[in-house]
Amino acid sequence: MEEIKPDKSINIKGLICPYTFVKSKLAIEEMEVGQVLEIILDYPEASRSIPKSMEDHGHKVLKVEKINDTDWVILVRKERE
Amino acid sequence: MEFTDEQIHRYSRHIILPEVGGKGQKKILQARVLIVGAGGLGCPVGYYLAAAGVGTIGIVDNDTIELSNLQRQIAHNTERLGMPKADSAKMTFEALNPDVTVHAIKERLNKDMIMDLIKDYDIVVDGSDNFPTRYLVNDACVMAGKPLVSGAILRFEGQVTTIIPGEGHCYRCLFEEPPPPGLVPSCQEAGVLGALCGVIGSLQAMEVLKLILGKGQPLKNQLLMYNAFESSFRKVKVPRNPDCPVCSDNPRITELQDYEAEYCQMRF
Ligand SMILES: [Zn+2]
Repeated sequence: MEEIKPDKSINIKGLICPYTFVKSKLAIEEMEVGQVLEIILDYPEASRSIPKSMEDHGHKVLKVEKINDTDWVILVRKERE
Repeated sequence: MEFTDEQIHRYSRHIILPEVGGKGQKKILQARVLIVGAGGLGCPVGYYLAAAGVGTIGIVDNDTIELSNLQRQIAHNTERLGMPKADSAKMTFEALNPDVTVHAIKERLNKDMIMDLIKDYDIVVDGSDNFPTRYLVNDACVMAGKPLVSGAILRFEGQVTTIIPGEGHCYRCLFEEPPPPGLVPSCQEAGVLGALCGVIGSLQAMEVLKLILGKGQPLKNQLLMYNAFESSFRKVKVPRNPDCPVCSDNPRITELQDYEAEYCQMRF
C-alpha cells in the first residue's frame, strides 16, 4: 500500500484527554478538506477516543498504529468543514 | 488570532463541540454584547457570557447595590453594598475571565444616548426591570437593526424572546404600548424567587451565544414562557405585526421617546 504523506503533523505527547482531542480538533480546523493530519500521542485512552471523535465529526481515520512502547500515530483525512 | 495554552484549557469544553470548535470560540472572543441592567437578569447573563469568553461586554446600570438585591443579583456581594452595580459587575466578570473587557456604563438609558451606545455592540440584551426602558431598548434596536434578546420575570414566571429586526417580530408586535403607570406592578414592586432570575438569565445567555455562533434556532417570532411553580415551559408563536407601530414598513414611531419612569416608585 502506498505510504500516505500527511499535510500537517502535531505531537501531543504528554497531553491527556480531553486536551488531546482539543489540540487535534484545532489543528484539523485550520486545514483544507482532503488534507491529512498526523497526530503523534502517548496517552493510551486517546488512541481510541480520538479516532472515534474524529469520525463523529465526519472525518476519515486512515490509520491508527502503535509505533513503539509508548507512542501511537493516527492519520485523519479532513472530510468536511 | 491564535489561542494561548490557557485559552485552549479554559474553552476546551466549547472547542470540543462540533457546533462551536475553535472557529466558534474565536467568534465568541470577538463578540461585543451590551447588557441593559446589572440586576436579577443582567447578573447571570453577564456571568455566563463572561465565562464563555465574550470579548467585550457593556453593562448599563445607574443603581447602587442594596441588601435586598443580593437574594438574586449574583454578581454582587455583601462587601459591595452601596457600590454602583455596573462597577461591581465589571469586577466580578473580569475576575472570572481576563479575556473579557467590561465597560461599566453608570447611566440610566435615555433616548438621547442609546443609539450612540448600541452602535458599538453586535447584540443587545434587555434585563431591565421597567417598561420605559424595555420599550426604549426595543425601539432603538429596531431602528438600529440590532438583535435584541429580551427577558422578563415576575414572581414565579419568566419569559424570553429574541428580536431580529427586519426578520422577525419586535416587542411592540407583542404589546403595542407600555401599560399605563400604576396599573401593573414593576418587578421592583413584585416579589421574585431568586433562582428564577438564573433560569431566565441563562436562557438569554444561550440565545446570545447562538446568535454569535450562527447556530441553532433562536427565539425569533417566538416567546418562551417558564412557570417555576408548575415546572413548565411553553412556547408561543409571535407573528410580526404588519401594522406594528415601530417595525412595520410604515412605522408610526420614527423617533425615540422616553416614557415616564413612574412604574418603580416603591423601593425596598
Ligand atoms: Zn414590531
